[in-house]
Amino acid sequence: MIEFDGISKRFPDGTLAVDNFSLRLPSREITVFVGSSGSGKTTLLRMINRMVEPTSGRILIDDEDVASLNPVTLRRRIGYVMQNSGLLPHRTVLQNIATVPLLNRVPKAEAVARAHELMETVGLDSALAKRYPAELSGGQQQRVGVARGLAVNPNILLMDEPFGAVDPIVRRELQEELLRIQRELAKTIVFVTHDIDEAFLLGDHVTILSRGGHVAQHGSPDEILSNPASEFVADFIGADRGRRALTLRQSEGRTLVVDGTGRIAGVLGAETATGPVSVGAGGRDEHLGEITLGTEAADLPGLDTPGELGSSSEAPGVDTTSPNSGELGSENEAPEVDTTSPNSGELGSENEAPEVDTTR
Amino acid sequence: MLDGLNWLLDPAHWTGSRGIPTRLLEHLAITGMTLLIAGVIALAAGLAIGHTRRGRGLVVGLSGALRAMPTLGLLVFIAVQFGFGVRLAIIPTLIVLVVLAIPPILAGAYAGVESVDPATVDASRALGLTEWQILWRVEFPLALPLIVGGLRSAMLQVVATATVAAYISLGGLGRFLFDALPLRDYPQMLAGALLVAALALILDLLFLLVGKAVLPTGVRAARGNRRSKTPTERTAA
Ligand SMILES: Nc1ncnc2c1ncn2[C@@H]1O[C@H](COP(=O)(O)OP(=O)(O)O)[C@@H](O)[C@H]1O
Ligand SMILES: [Mg+2]
Repeated sequence: MIEFDGISKRFPDGTLAVDNFSLRLPSREITVFVGSSGSGKTTLLRMINRMVEPTSGRILIDDEDVASLNPVTLRRRIGYVMQNSGLLPHRTVLQNIATVPLLNRVPKAEAVARAHELMETVGLDSALAKRYPAELSGGQQQRVGVARGLAVNPNILLMDEPFGAVDPIVRRELQEELLRIQRELAKTIVFVTHDIDEAFLLGDHVTILSRGGHVAQHGSPDEILSNPASEFVADFIGADRGRRALTLRQSEGRTLVVDGTGRIAGVLGAETATGPVSVGAGGRDEHLGEITLGTEAADLPGLDTPGELGSSSEAPGVDTTSPNSGELGSENEAPEVDTTSPNSGELGSENEAPEVDTTR
Repeated sequence: MLDGLNWLLDPAHWTGSRGIPTRLLEHLAITGMTLLIAGVIALAAGLAIGHTRRGRGLVVGLSGALRAMPTLGLLVFIAVQFGFGVRLAIIPTLIVLVVLAIPPILAGAYAGVESVDPATVDASRALGLTEWQILWRVEFPLALPLIVGGLRSAMLQVVATATVAAYISLGGLGRFLFDALPLRDYPQMLAGALLVAALALILDLLFLLVGKAVLPTGVRAARGNRRSKTPTERTAA
């Protein structure tokens, strides 16, 4: 467990980056700090491994004050992954991954074997082992960065916008990969991003920060989506607009789901008796994915976690490969919601849409 | 010009304690000693300045002042001022040449370290490298091409200026110039100048090759790769 206890940070130039921040981050789960640029996310993250020293307050890791630990020893126990990989340009992929284990006097053969193992874990072809960072794509570099972060088998992994600089499709892959790795390894991960969708996708817990490291809201993605604490949060998560503001529209006897940008997100398939209707989401927005709405509570393969149902009488099957399909705000007849993407949005309508609150 | 070449080709000038090989070796020895001493001092200071990002202003100012120093004047001053100066002519010579060689080596060292991507250094620190390890395993290897560049321009200056050592009766190629001056032996002066130029060129080429050799493979890859990478490689995750 990582505990921030009344942490403040004022930089020498007078900037108050973090103002009296307190929070407990549970072990073996992902906590995401999300906020716009300059809200103090990086500063908070870097105080955990003493890359930044707080002006006041304490940070405890498993009840031990990090200020009492040697910074180098502390950092070698904590994985760190940053946006532009920060790989050593003059070292090969394998050497980069094995850097810290070798510093820790792990025998060479062992360190190399472990580095190969880690390459597999993060989905890198072992043929890349002898390449230099400049010979890799941005996505591959980030995978090496993650492997390096895991090299000392740390309990804690700090990630500062690790997928911020890669293109959306690759980012998507890396996010899925991280979730898979986390299911296997169950690290305590602190993940920083300014992308709310990424926060909701990855976070078991999400902390929305405003300037000065003020906590605008902290909770599970569901809690935040279903109950934004303030205007600021509602605005930040885009609850009332864009992809998250779903409304229903009748058209030629069918009910269309329209998002806040006016794009048709899908068809509400209440009238089809033959099973779920799959509707491809319109447009280039890969986050929207495919929405299947249907009346049958048939068991679908790959049912992760059933959604939590608000007020409906019929239990729906909810199959989501990712969290937070959104909030469907209505009273009766639960549909099946199948979304390959997070946070499809909030369905704000009066008819036929039940409230579906999904967790991963 | 032709006279100078003729002088050079005369076999009589290639033997004995006053011959070309001896003078060449003396010149090389003075140059080598100078670079060794200046290298130790300037590299230590330059790496420290580059790593800590402190004291740069002071050193830039000092280097400027050193560059403006009148070499011959200082040489004679030191030789005369100190008792050992005339008997042990090598000491004032080395002092003058080292002072001359320090600024370019210093500049190469701190510019080299400062040229390293701050994100690379930051990541290394966050990984748990000590400051010493960051300096020697990250900053130094990546700074090497610029460090060699600094040594190279110091070498050029020292080879040229080491001729003045002969002024206070030391050896080296300068002897051909200073011995010939009172005799108005222009062919010999010309030959001496040609020898200095040739030595400088050869050493320059040597340093150029060393500079290429110390360019880390991964950095070379970064430069070559921008052209050769195929689009599919670039988009693959
Ligand atoms: N080393 C520093 N010196 C002075 N101000 C800084 C420094 N690092 C960050 N800041 C300031 O602190 C605030 C928070 O920065 P940061 O933690 O990097 O935010 P974020 O990661 O959320 O974008 C910003 O106003 C930033 O300008
Ligand atoms: Mg940041």
